[in-house]
Amino acid sequence: MIQSILIAFLSAVFVNNFVVVKFLGICPFLGVSKKINTAAGMGAAVTFVMAFSSAATWAVQEFLLKPYDLEYLQTIAFILVIAALVQLVEMVLQKMSRALYKALGVYLPLITTNCAVLGVCILNLSLEGDHRFLFSVLNGIFSGLGFTLAIVLFAGIRERLESAEIPKCLEGFPISLISASLVSLAFLGFQGLLK
Amino acid sequence: MNLFKVFKNGIIDENPTFRLVLGTCPTLAVTTSAINGVGMGLSTMAVLIGSNIVISMLRKFIPAKVRIPAYITVIAGFVTIVQMLLKAYVPALDKALGIYIPLIVVNCIILARAESFANKNTVVASAVDGLGMGIGFTLALLLIGGIREILGNGSFFGIKLFGENASPALAMILPPGGFLVFGLTIGLVNLLTSRQTLKTGCGASADSCAGCGGSCNVMAMKEEGE
Repeated sequence: MIQSILIAFLSAVFVNNFVVVKFLGICPFLGVSKKINTAAGMGAAVTFVMAFSSAATWAVQEFLLKPYDLEYLQTIAFILVIAALVQLVEMVLQKMSRALYKALGVYLPLITTNCAVLGVCILNLSLEGDHRFLFSVLNGIFSGLGFTLAIVLFAGIRERLESAEIPKCLEGFPISLISASLVSLAFLGFQGLLK
Repeated sequence: MNLFKVFKNGIIDENPTFRLVLGTCPTLAVTTSAINGVGMGLSTMAVLIGSNIVISMLRKFIPAKVRIPAYITVIAGFVTIVQMLLKAYVPALDKALGIYIPLIVVNCIILARAESFANKNTVVASAVDGLGMGIGFTLALLLIGGIREILGNGSFFGIKLFGENASPALAMILPPGGFLVFGLTIGLVNLLTSRQTLKTGCGASADSCAGCGGSCNVMAMKEEGE
């Protein structure tokens, strides 16, 4: 059990990193990575929402879609669940914890259109075994941590890029993508760590 | 409204991939070969035209406050239709694109067009806008997919281009190659278009890309503000 949790952790954070290997959540990866602080905030918010939406979509799938043979409605159901959940998390945080809301608040509305969240929910469907609920939630948390790792590392590079001299036509997006390519190359080194 | 201008706008002036830099996830993920790129482009185009038409029809009935969830529901409906059609008629493509088919729902291009075009314009203009944007996206994916397939696999649409002894640069069809080719292609487009603007002397700057993060952020902020 511990072993399979550890494998799930290594797989989600390093080997199959959501951003640089699976290309999920590229938009915030490029959009909110100008400063390390904001990148870490976004990462924390995504991890938070991914864990909750993994649990919520698991329940929707098991108790609603499967018993009534409605699996073809997955995409619609999941995106609505995520949108509602993000709103809910925002409201709860606002009431319960001012500090956490202040830290994550601005990022929460952006997360509905983050394909990493819908992606993890769909990928969770292919999990097998007895502890599907546990592993869905863990997969959400670990994938979120992988996202956080990638975006924080990338923000560190971009802070340096600010002062670099770059050809005019490569300024902005192109140079970010080229640096992202190098981050991705580094993560490619983890391939083969797990079978 | 000049329909041809709307059509051309999506392909050239506001190309969703090179100009607006929207929908980056599928652009990077499925362009390991030209055929996958075209498949993704056409699927997105079908969803884009459908959702643009329906949202434009309903634009007077959807209350402004709940428009984003309403748009997402319409889009998700069309994505489900496309998903089912692909499963039934081109199962090989469905397998190759995998999880990225349902993820068309969160492709910023579609929500961005719904928000910035379809909810302000007539049904015909919105359909033409969807067609133009869809073709622009498809051409961009074809270009990136083609470059990656030629460099990384030594083939184009599955046809081997080089002799038996040539060993292609495999990294190009792996994730790092995706980022690299996409970045350099945008750089190239910037270089070419800035030369053009210099020649004609109109003042558009080369790096006008708002960015997916940017436009999604703007949309989300609007949503929050209401």
